Amino acid sequence: MLQKSISELAAGLRSGEFSSAELTQSFIDRIQRYDSQLNSVITLTDSAALDAAKAADARLKSGDVTALTGIPFLHKDIFCTDGVRTSCGSRMLDSFVAPYDATVTAKLKQAGAVMLGKTNMDEFAMGSSNETSFYGPVKNPWDQQRVPGGSSGGSAAAVAARLAPLATGTDTGGSIRQPAALCGITGIKPTYGRVSRYGMIAFASSLDQAGPLATSAQDAAIMLQAMAGFDPRDSTSIDQPVDQYAESLDDDLAGLTIGLPKEYFGAGLDTQVGAAVEAAVEAYKKLGAQVRDISLPNTSLAVPAYYVVAPAECSSNLSRMDGVRFGYRCEDPKDLEDLYVRSRGEGFGDEVKRRILVGTYALSAGYYDAYYLKAQQVRRLIRDDFVQAFKEVDIIMGPTSPGTAFRLGERCDDPVTMYLSDIYTIAVNLAGLPGMSIPAGMVDGLPVGLQLIGNYFEEARLLNAAHRYQQVSDWHTRMPAGFE
Amino acid sequence: MSLDSEAVSKIAHLARLGVEQSEYETYARNLSDILSFIEQLNSADTRDIEPMAHPLDASQRLRADEVAETNQREKFQRIAPRTEAGLYLVPKVID
Repeated sequence: MLQKSISELAAGLRSGEFSSAELTQSFIDRIQRYDSQLNSVITLTDSAALDAAKAADARLKSGDVTALTGIPFLHKDIFCTDGVRTSCGSRMLDSFVAPYDATVTAKLKQAGAVMLGKTNMDEFAMGSSNETSFYGPVKNPWDQQRVPGGSSGGSAAAVAARLAPLATGTDTGGSIRQPAALCGITGIKPTYGRVSRYGMIAFASSLDQAGPLATSAQDAAIMLQAMAGFDPRDSTSIDQPVDQYAESLDDDLAGLTIGLPKEYFGAGLDTQVGAAVEAAVEAYKKLGAQVRDISLPNTSLAVPAYYVVAPAECSSNLSRMDGVRFGYRCEDPKDLEDLYVRSRGEGFGDEVKRRILVGTYALSAGYYDAYYLKAQQVRRLIRDDFVQAFKEVDIIMGPTSPGTAFRLGERCDDPVTMYLSDIYTIAVNLAGLPGMSIPAGMVDGLPVGLQLIGNYFEEARLLNAAHRYQQVSDWHTRMPAGFE
Repeated sequence: MSLDSEAVSKIAHLARLGVEQSEYETYARNLSDILSFIEQLNSADTRDIEPMAHPLDASQRLRADEVAETNQREKFQRIAPRTEAGLYLVPKVID
């Protein structure tokens, strides 16, 4: 069951080989058996899951099915889910039972997918290691002394350990791709505007995008198909038809041009990780692709620009957490100011506070031009680098992360070093492009991720390239020991 | 750019964010590190570069001016820390 693809599970459900209730129960059992080691799930919704599975079984009999009907998944705890606690990894929302469904939640429900529970994450998605969660860190299933990456660390660890066949994630600066890389699974962040942000608790609104985490590109394609599409409720959603991702998965790669940015292979990249990425690129050559060296000259400015734009937007977005309408409220506030100050001071953790402070400073009178405006100008330079590159190449490839999973606690006291964990992923968000990470090797028992970056709305091409590689490699089929 | 404890206190006030006085120094150090890291942006020549607001240069859509949402006050207020008679309660603002 654990090595079956989503298509195979769906076929089993349709033929009656097993029911959704049985399939769902088997994953609930795995979560109950193994998650005490990983801490990947904040809220297990087992009885609601079994009800949804029984409804899916009835639907399967009626023949009115989608590719996900009856398939269990775990949902990042950033997506509002009607009637279920939606904590965003924060004490601030520890008691917040969402009164409505995010569009992604609603679409997966309509498809008949069965939500097993909500996954752990960095608080308000601010982190690269899943250590900022109010619910404690998530452990990497490949080595429990190490981080799973973040912020979708719970989703990535759970899929890697096969506690669920699929999970949702969100990616503001690498939060799908980096944990996918560090946990040895497949994740895709679509083009900005491809998946609705409605009901997805906002961190940095001009960067946030949702996407799937899965064990293969083929499975990710199925889940992304169900998540993507125009939504009038999200004013930044793009009204453009969604490609049929499954149809082009097997397309030939002959003639595909891959660009390797020299800035992604320089100082700071672990040499063994670099070697694994280069070996994967060699495999693409055998599949018929051509490889060309390119340059993205403003790469080094991406992390600094991000740490102006993202905190600025977060300081604005998180101002809604004020202890009045929902969420945490301090005891015995002496006046309104005290209510705001203490509710926010007690409800938010350190990293969230740091970013609110940086953002507030960057947006304050006299500093706006020097920081925010400057960062938005640099952002255009970064985007223009990609626009230029995509005139010559079809896909850009490189490492997802400069190293493999680091040790828990190792980077907690040094925010800037932590921020540099996302050096290869952040520019993609600033430019609004689709990006993907797939397993492409192991170094000392830890997974290495290959990043694929595509032109706007070319998710199908990324999934195709990822799938063809996964047909000639087996990194994505490997499972961490101890979770069999 | 380097910030001191006084600056942290001022920014925290602007953000209505409670920061313990004992933590001012740590925040001042962290924030100074972050700000000096951000200063790399000054090395970029951005003369005549238009700030980027949207990756696809899209603008906000307008929708028809029609009622789309129904009133769900009771449902929404059930999750509020304190309400009374359909109102959100906060400490007294005007004496």
